[in-house]
Amino acid sequence: MSMRTPLSRVRGLGSAREGTGHFWVQRLTGLALAVLTTAFIVLIVALAGRPYPDVARVLGNPFVALLMILMVGAGAWHMKIGMQVIIEDYLHGHAKLIAQIANSFFSVAVAVASALALLKLSFGV
Amino acid sequence: MVQLTLPKNSTINEGKAWPRPAGANNVREFRIYRWNPDDGANPHVDSYFIDLDDCGPMVLDALIKIKNEVDPSLTFRRSCREGICGSCAMNIDGSNTLACTKGIEDVKGAVKIYPLPHMEVIKDLVPDLTNFYAQHRSIEPWLKTATPEPEKEWLQSHSDREKLDGLYECILCACCSTSCPSYWWNGDRYLGPAVLLQAYRWLIDSRDEATGERLDNLEDPFRLYRCHTIMNCAQTCPKGLNPAKAIAEIKKMMVERRV
Repeated sequence: MSMRTPLSRVRGLGSAREGTGHFWVQRLTGLALAVLTTAFIVLIVALAGRPYPDVARVLGNPFVALLMILMVGAGAWHMKIGMQVIIEDYLHGHAKLIAQIANSFFSVAVAVASALALLKLSFGV
Repeated sequence: MVQLTLPKNSTINEGKAWPRPAGANNVREFRIYRWNPDDGANPHVDSYFIDLDDCGPMVLDALIKIKNEVDPSLTFRRSCREGICGSCAMNIDGSNTLACTKGIEDVKGAVKIYPLPHMEVIKDLVPDLTNFYAQHRSIEPWLKTATPEPEKEWLQSHSDREKLDGLYECILCACCSTSCPSYWWNGDRYLGPAVLLQAYRWLIDSRDEATGERLDNLEDPFRLYRCHTIMNCAQTCPKGLNPAKAIAEIKKMMVERRV
């Protein structure tokens, strides 16, 4: 049994002096995604059932590709922070640490793979 | 830590049914959580039967009647019996409130009474609030100034005084904090709605000179940002306050000083 005082336990390692950055970026990316996801849905509906060359041509348009890359970036960032909140809520100790690492790796991998696919289509390589 | 099931030694069993009062017409059942640290047994729920024609109108009146006339071993905190001390906070009919201001007539059927949720129990309806009080102490709930003290009092305009309305009324009964899932899972690091409302009470006090330092100490993923606006706190507050709004105001101050 710990003999530390209750106040010492509450103060713990002190304030991390951060969190507001994530709070702000979560809302910023949320706002961006409201616009970008709308564009994405419009695009998906328009392209549904169309053959591959058509899709490649549309996504090859620099303006469309830019919108989609922005959506992937904002989406992955938003997803990473959102998942981090859930991990911090429900996991503790080693499980939390491992989940945080996995979450970071997964989010970056998804973002980079999606961006690469879009660029490949866009440059027609 | 998240616990979706109770540990084995906390599983609640059916307890004793105490005798019904003889010759009473208006009898109400009270199902009350009992746990005694000294007997090594699991918690259990006892049934008491009270003649409402011979009892005060509030749940606390019934608890006092049970303790005086039926079962003197029933343990609970109470003091002012008029909603100003916060001692008799407990979970009645599924929500946290003060036994002294909760009317028996407001509950349909048997009145179920448990201690405040997800706190260590000392005995029966008495939770251990040590951590909660230490958290309150940690936000340094007093006026902090660097300017030499004036000869008389620190002055405050009427409009600045009004900003404390809806905050100063908090009696620290812990109903809100113990209704908050974020506080259940991370109560060791998250300060909880009651303490954050108190923190905001000092943040917006026009006489205080430590606002930035106070914000520094709150800016933390766990101390402040575990609040996900679940709103149980505002729903359950027996004083009708809104801790969730106070927390949102703190978050706004955090953004304001950096954007």
